[in-house]
Amino acid sequence: MASLRFDPEICLACESVDCIMKCQYIHMDLARAKEEHDRLTRGEMSSILKDCVTCYACEEYCPSGNHPFYHIVELQERLGIHPVPIPIEKSQVVMMGPRGKIREMELKSPLINMCFFDMMKGGIRGSLFEGATTFGGSDVFCNLMFLHFARNSTIKERLPRMIDNIMHCAVEPSGTREVICYHDECYGTYTSWARAFGVEVPFTPVHLFEFLKRRLMELRDGIRPLNVKVAYQRPCSNRLCPETDSLVDDIFALIGAERPKRTYEYGNALCCGGVPEAAQRFDLVDDIRARNVADMKAAGAQYCVFNCPFCFWTLAEPVAKAGIFPVMMSDLCLLALGE
Amino acid sequence: MMDSAYRDILHRCFRCGWCKFPLNYTDFNCPAYLKYRFESFSSGGRMWLIRAWQEGEITPSERLSQILFSCVTCRNCVEACAMPGIKDSLVDLFIEARADMVERGTIPPLVRDYFKAISVGGNPYRLPAQDRAKWSCGLGLERYQGQEYLFYVGDEGAFDELGQHMARSVALLLRRSGVSFGILGSDELTDGNDVHALGEKGLAEYLARQNIELMQELGVKKVITLSPHAFHAMRNRYPLHGSTAAVYHYTQILQPLVARLAPVLQGERVVTYHDPCYLGRWNGEYRAPRAILKSVKGLKSVEMDRSMQNALCCGGGGGNFFTDMLGTGPDLAARARVREALATGADTIAVACPQCYRMLADAVRDEGAQEKVRVCELTEIVAEAVPA
Amino acid sequence: MDRSAVIERLKAIVGGAYVSDAAEELYIYSRDQGVQDPHLPDWVAMPASTGEVASILELASREKIPVVPMGGGLVLSGLSVPLRGGIVLDMKRMNRILEVNEHSHYAVVEAGTSQGMLDAYLRKHHPGLKHSLPDAPPAATIAGNIAIHGSGHLSQSEGGFHSEMVTGLEVVLSTGEVVKLGSCSTVPAWFSRAPLPDLVGLFLGWNGTTGVITKVGIKLFPRPKFHDVLVYMTEDIDLAPMVLNRVIATSMAEDINYALAPKPDYLNGFQMTVINYTANSEDELIFKRKKLRSVLQDLYETRQSGFMPIPPHMKAGFLEAPQKALSKFADVRKGGGFEYVGAIMPIERIPDACRAGMEITERHAITYSLGARIIGRGSCAMFFFAYPFNRVDKGEVERVKEALEETNETALRLGGIPWKTEVQGQRLILERMDPATKGLMRRIRGVLDPQGIMNPGNWEVT
Ligand SMILES: Cc1cc2nc3c(=O)[nH]c(=O)nc-3n(C[C@H](O)[C@H](O)[C@H](O)COP(=O)(O)OP(=O)(O)OC[C@H]3O[C@@H](n4cnc5c(N)ncnc54)[C@H](O)[C@@H]3O)c2cc1C
Ligand code: SF4
Ligand code: SF4
Ligand code: SF4
Ligand code: SF4
Ligand code: SF4
Repeated sequence: MASLRFDPEICLACESVDCIMKCQYIHMDLARAKEEHDRLTRGEMSSILKDCVTCYACEEYCPSGNHPFYHIVELQERLGIHPVPIPIEKSQVVMMGPRGKIREMELKSPLINMCFFDMMKGGIRGSLFEGATTFGGSDVFCNLMFLHFARNSTIKERLPRMIDNIMHCAVEPSGTREVICYHDECYGTYTSWARAFGVEVPFTPVHLFEFLKRRLMELRDGIRPLNVKVAYQRPCSNRLCPETDSLVDDIFALIGAERPKRTYEYGNALCCGGVPEAAQRFDLVDDIRARNVADMKAAGAQYCVFNCPFCFWTLAEPVAKAGIFPVMMSDLCLLALGE
Repeated sequence: MMDSAYRDILHRCFRCGWCKFPLNYTDFNCPAYLKYRFESFSSGGRMWLIRAWQEGEITPSERLSQILFSCVTCRNCVEACAMPGIKDSLVDLFIEARADMVERGTIPPLVRDYFKAISVGGNPYRLPAQDRAKWSCGLGLERYQGQEYLFYVGDEGAFDELGQHMARSVALLLRRSGVSFGILGSDELTDGNDVHALGEKGLAEYLARQNIELMQELGVKKVITLSPHAFHAMRNRYPLHGSTAAVYHYTQILQPLVARLAPVLQGERVVTYHDPCYLGRWNGEYRAPRAILKSVKGLKSVEMDRSMQNALCCGGGGGNFFTDMLGTGPDLAARARVREALATGADTIAVACPQCYRMLADAVRDEGAQEKVRVCELTEIVAEAVPA
Repeated sequence: MDRSAVIERLKAIVGGAYVSDAAEELYIYSRDQGVQDPHLPDWVAMPASTGEVASILELASREKIPVVPMGGGLVLSGLSVPLRGGIVLDMKRMNRILEVNEHSHYAVVEAGTSQGMLDAYLRKHHPGLKHSLPDAPPAATIAGNIAIHGSGHLSQSEGGFHSEMVTGLEVVLSTGEVVKLGSCSTVPAWFSRAPLPDLVGLFLGWNGTTGVITKVGIKLFPRPKFHDVLVYMTEDIDLAPMVLNRVIATSMAEDINYALAPKPDYLNGFQMTVINYTANSEDELIFKRKKLRSVLQDLYETRQSGFMPIPPHMKAGFLEAPQKALSKFADVRKGGGFEYVGAIMPIERIPDACRAGMEITERHAITYSLGARIIGRGSCAMFFFAYPFNRVDKGEVERVKEALEETNETALRLGGIPWKTEVQGQRLILERMDPATKGLMRRIRGVLDPQGIMNPGNWEVT
């Protein structure tokens, strides 16, 4: 079974402990951070395991790429820490479990992996997605969300089968190698998690934003610049592929949207609050949602653009209440194309 | 014998009665139930009785055919039914059951007369075919000869006085808006929508094929229909018999064009729009007619409690316009609809269907409300607001 | 009088179109959605006024014809099916809303007014007020529901069973006499039953065996603008009384329901406590949410239970009233049916009731949905043992029937009382009832229905 490539030596030698020092939810001085993190490195219990919000961000903060977050999840599971109450965790394991119903499909390029969110395929429309075919559902689900439930084991168990399903039922019949990941969690799975755990990915994952950028460049003549300020809600999974953040700027440049200066942006992005809510950390949820939305407002945002459908579900309402229009990235692009 | 795809779901109706209401429960919204009030006349009652009949627990009777043929195929039950596993099939199933009755020859005399009039004389009005062209007399409309659209007016447009009036009004506004179209005049044939809804599938298919053949001969690529009923048949049933023509209801064609005519009303007018089920619930078109009204300056548009998905059918659907299985009385859907329109304070009920037009106009008279409200077809309202 | 004379007389009373003895109507009115045996009526009549009801009852008592009032006919346990034939009175033509008092918060409606229409009417004309809706389909009637002590969305917060919300009645006795009960008997207003000797109870919970209700005065309550829901998930049935009581004690939950079912599979083995709460402002809503969460904090911190995150598309379903999902339950076996034992019982017996329900259904090889609605700020619960069946599977229908019988006995053994129960269940109750109580019931029946024509077979003390 897949095992994490984590090098304790690197951490023991680390002086910055960026993973904890930059964490937005755990606050301690450097000495204490070093001490607590060393415990983790040795595989021992630490307050970090309980206080971690599972926001994925330290994967991005660690300058050495030593996978602090995946390591935390491994330890949480080993030491029996349940970030989310057990009934909810168990129920999610069943709910999101493979149904084994997938069959070979007639698909062609561009090939879009909807992840679990097959019900969102209504969003795959217009000239942007002309000719695109999609697949999705529980049998091709990356399962990476179980990082929030301290269940790397579930991912390890299910992912190889999912990759197999994607290969045999979607990629091979389609005659393309490129799989466009609708959900950036899939992209993170195949580019980060799989690599960290030594799982081979036999197709080429493409980030949805990369695809949107390509299409917008092709459709350039039809774009009417939006001339609006748009706040970007960066999802936790994007911490696994920080290199894709600049695609937001590229897309905005193409559609004439401005990304206003914000406090909670890039490395400081705040979680949408969905996961801490499942973790029953209600005060934190209220606090980060209030700060996040106030920050968008202060930046003069007229739209809030989402990358992840989960974030959209949890944050669309508070955002809309603040008078900011919530929209998925592809729909924002369609708007610029006048569709 | 009914198709097993339908027979096998009959028992899945719980007879819970959500189907009696619109989604907002304002009032009974199944015209047949509203009129007769016995459980047997609701969608659920019908389901159970069809099952009892198919299983041999009850024998066909006049009452059973009255129950089956009083459904006006308005699809309210489809919208409101609680059971995802059966809701979409409800009305198709009722039509299928009628087809079985037609096959076994146990149908109400009024329905038999309707079929006969069409198969013998080509139209339910028992009028000569050459009269079909009368509505267009003096308008100088072109025959269809390769124009962009064929404008199809159907039986009511050809023979019903209000329908003729409406056909003229729509044709004139189409012309005024620069739409290129031709008509068939006395060569038109019944579209067969209501024949199908009444279960005479063979005749309906024959009519469809005749129409398709004629249109293909003439090279028709796009059709505009006057009636939502013809719109439905040509759009959804004709392709099953090989038609490839694109089909539009006239409101869909006019909607983007009327604003250019800059219609302005002299004085205030409060209008409430009645959704025809064959345009709305059957085909999801709620927007175009409302957009037309919206483009008329000086017109105040108000909605009835039951609008769009929740609209109460005028009671004319499913062939009942001709067969009159609902009879008379204050609980007729059309009369209830007029009372509902009056409650909005509207002075005008706007319609977009020649059947609704006749049904509601008669109901205004039966309610004695001629002084308070009048029924107008959409293009008539626009025409009044466009400077000549 | 022979049959044809009866129907002619009925036609003369209600109009020819509203009486039927056709096989089709007799078939439909002979059975309901549950598993009880069908019984054919002789006639179905649909009166439009109190006067017409009175004339029908005069005729019926003269001719000793059984009369069974029926509202929505949705009781599921055969109570509006004519066990001894006779006339079924479909009351739904009597559906006018006669008065809404904005200041004294009550409505007066005709008996056949549907739950759905009253709700729609209030939303439109009195948006600040609502009545307590049961989760029955919207076609259920106000009178049919109080005639069986129904309960619903405000039963937890606003004082109990819907029968307790009745402020007055107009009834027609079996002799055809029309009687007013409550304040309306003395002054022209329907505000309360007190301070008069309370006769209203003679018609509540009696399943139509004491008279036909023709008008109902019913309490209305404020309809706050904001509405939200919390769902607490547990994996231990024994936690139920504690969780429920803590929520009740906040006085902030409008409606509290508890439920467990083996389907969908991701909820199998878990229980959900669904807490609906309302507020007049966003701030108040947030305050209530915090308070409701805080009383369970020590529990969720153990990680053994917790609040379920609810995505927006699911939330709409939880907030809906009446709940369409309950009707959909009939299709679990792809067969259009379910019936339930609703037992009114103490809250502390909920865990045992759950276990019993699972045990019984397993033994009878059927499936279930179990749960409870809290009544009257925790004075009791309506515990439902709901068993779906496939109508075409005769074996399954039989097994459900047996399981329901057994469940009635179990509910009684657990210290509960089956509600709106079918005749068989009524017998079980009467077997255990204090003899003096039964004696009084018999004497009252004798006075109110000397001919024994009112929904005969129900509540029969032998
Ligand atoms: C999916 C579903 C969910 C349900 N949820 C609930 C719920 O949440 N709460 C609840 O209380 N119930 C519930 N029920 C049970 C039942 O449907 C309701 O109690 C309903 O309100 C009964 O009203 P009805 O008009 O259908 O009564 P009916 O079934 O017509 O009659 C019930 C009894 O009352 C008598 N009766 C009817 N009208 C009169 C009258 N005018 N005068 C004298 N007697 C009369 C009848 O003879 C019969 O004995 C549910 C049922 C279903 C199918
Ligand atoms: S995970 Fe990275 S940042 Fe954290 S201690 Fe190890 S090396 Fe340093
Ligand atoms: S995952 Fe997020 S909350 Fe947890 S330690 Fe890393 S940065 Fe902090
Ligand atoms: S048709 Fe649907 S809503 Fe109507 S009674 Fe049957 S199941 Fe219920
Ligand atoms: S289609 Fe209309 S008339 Fe027919 S059963 Fe359904 S609601 Fe009633
Ligand atoms: S008659 Fe009028 S309202 Fe009814 S089906 Fe036709 S269009 Fe609908």
